[in-house]
Amino acid sequence: MRTDTREITRAGIVFMNELVIRPKSKFVSLDFKELWAYRELFLFLAWRDVMVKYKQTAIGVVWAVIRPVLTMIVFTVIFGKVAHLPSNDIPYPLLTLSGTVPWQFFANALSESSNSVVANAQMISKVYFPRLIIPTSAILSGLVDLGISFLILMGMMAWYRITPTVNLLFLPLLVLLMIACALGIGLWFSALNVEYRDVRYIVPFLVQLGTYVSPVGFSGSVIPEKWHLLFCLNPMVGVINGFRWSLFGGKEPLDQNGLLIGALITVLLLVSGAWHFRRTEKTFADII
Amino acid sequence: MSKPIIEVHRISKLYRLGATHGQSYKVLRDVIAGAFSRKKQDSLREFWALQDISFDVQEGEVLGVIGRNGAGKSTLLKILSRITEPTAGEITLRGRVASLLEVGTGFHPELTGRENIFMNGAILGMTRQEIRSKFDEIVAFSEVERFIDTPVKRYSSGMYVRLAFAVAAHLEPEILLVDEVLSVGDAEFQKKCLGKMGEVAKGGRTVLFVSHNLGSVKQLCSKGILLDRGKIAFEGPIEEAVNQYLANNKPASSNVQFRDLAAPFGVDDVAHFTAVSLHGSDGNPRDSFVIGDDLHIRVEMAFRQPVRIVQFSLIIRSSAGLGIYHIVSPDRGFWMQNVSPGKYVLEIVVPDIALYPGKYTVGDLWMADANNCKIDATSESALFAVTDGSPLINRPLNHSHGMIHKTAEWEIVTSDLVCHEERAL
Repeated sequence: MRTDTREITRAGIVFMNELVIRPKSKFVSLDFKELWAYRELFLFLAWRDVMVKYKQTAIGVVWAVIRPVLTMIVFTVIFGKVAHLPSNDIPYPLLTLSGTVPWQFFANALSESSNSVVANAQMISKVYFPRLIIPTSAILSGLVDLGISFLILMGMMAWYRITPTVNLLFLPLLVLLMIACALGIGLWFSALNVEYRDVRYIVPFLVQLGTYVSPVGFSGSVIPEKWHLLFCLNPMVGVINGFRWSLFGGKEPLDQNGLLIGALITVLLLVSGAWHFRRTEKTFADII
Repeated sequence: MSKPIIEVHRISKLYRLGATHGQSYKVLRDVIAGAFSRKKQDSLREFWALQDISFDVQEGEVLGVIGRNGAGKSTLLKILSRITEPTAGEITLRGRVASLLEVGTGFHPELTGRENIFMNGAILGMTRQEIRSKFDEIVAFSEVERFIDTPVKRYSSGMYVRLAFAVAAHLEPEILLVDEVLSVGDAEFQKKCLGKMGEVAKGGRTVLFVSHNLGSVKQLCSKGILLDRGKIAFEGPIEEAVNQYLANNKPASSNVQFRDLAAPFGVDDVAHFTAVSLHGSDGNPRDSFVIGDDLHIRVEMAFRQPVRIVQFSLIIRSSAGLGIYHIVSPDRGFWMQNVSPGKYVLEIVVPDIALYPGKYTVGDLWMADANNCKIDATSESALFAVTDGSPLINRPLNHSHGMIHKTAEWEIVTSDLVCHEERAL
């Protein structure tokens, strides 16, 4: 729907002077003003997803601790002890934990967002708000878990007496890149899932595959040169490598090409994902 | 004359539905398989829900949108609410719009009443500031003060709906769009709802009501638009619009299979009425009765999803459209409970149809949950006649004297004799 608005924005809700509703033209835009106007709703939805997640499970917060820790233990044993993979002088448990923390956020964000639009079918068919809010808030609600797992990571680093270097300042940028990557893929999947309902079943499979294809349990530097380009097409490769570089002060060398490729692919996914989502969102209420 | 607050110009809406399961989404697996096989593509069902609709609404007008099922009323409201987009045409809105298409949108059982008020309010378009300032009013209206901090999953369905309605009732947009959410909850609360809706309607706000409840629509609205198969059939004073609607929907027979005009799909597809037929006490279909006969009404329904509780009502009207009997299942303590998907036939027995000879209709079938939230309503009706020849009546019945046959108990309770002579009679 193309809407021309001459408007005055009032704390969170667009106070419309005049709003024209027309069939959408081919040209698709991202209405940032409108998204900003609906920011309160966006925060409410993210807050609701977080509250519901923790109210429902008796061991909610404990689960946020168990998941990364257990994964760390299993991967350390398999990739570190059994397979004896090299770790660039970083204690293997830290290596795996530093891969698990971002990966679990990403995997979670992917599964939450891919079904988010269909799961909110009731709201979509009864109320207007910019639909982009739904997959975005689904992803951002994972930030709480991310925060908790970060605390564990900090604790482990203190245990191993690793002192952070100035590289740590780049960490927020990498988190942003990770969110952008999850968002790009999430937008694609959530929109596709509305039209083709079995898309959401692909996601657990992709996540499983990704857990082994991404350097979660091993360091990216073990990948031979001839596979490097292919390996880096996975945008999370750059993110995880970046995480390790910033946390462990250069012990894990920064794969600059890998990061660049990953960032490029992330931008591509994000832009195309947003474009596709905006193009198809007008039909959501009709086919949901 | 200032500009109209709503200008609808040549709005049309085309729907395409997959023919297989009546569902509108596809499955990737089938699409890929279809690309390999030579199987013919499922023909997509196309229909125009709205065609070339144009009308204006002035600020402060209360407009009723009425019409049969599938006429396009809810589609029009959805387009005005920006939930779905028009296929052609243009609408200009000159005010903030809030839509009330169902109660409790966004309510989550795990959150408390307080948290849900904020959640629901935000979804409906209120700012946090606004919700905070109206919070006490909302809670007072809903009558759930004591439980405001308990998770909503512990509420009874009545409390749930009262709270949901209370939030919606305190919306203050310039333009309010309401779809069948006129009065919910138990009888007491329904009175409150209608009262509040009346306040809203008289408060200078521009309101569009879509409803099958012709009585409430006439009460609340000043102007009416009658939609018929996606086009405007009438636009003008509400009385005339309602009369036109009743006139257009004169039934032809006592046994009516409902046309599948535009069956709802997706989340709206819960249950529908599919047919209504009239029978005598012997079970045989009949279209004429005499005073003293029982009228047996058989209603066929299809449930697509399980429902906890269902109540029903219908209206028997004269040929002029006047409502005579409003028969409501809770009056007799009847509800369907824990209904599983499937087809059902409901029989309603009206003992002694004591109507004067003439033509009458059985219609305005309504099915709702325990809180009177609509599940399905239909404008279809069945026709029957009451004829002379009742064994109970041995005099001519005069239509200008009455409509309903009633006998009474007659008895002298006092007398004051003037003459004391005994008189032989």
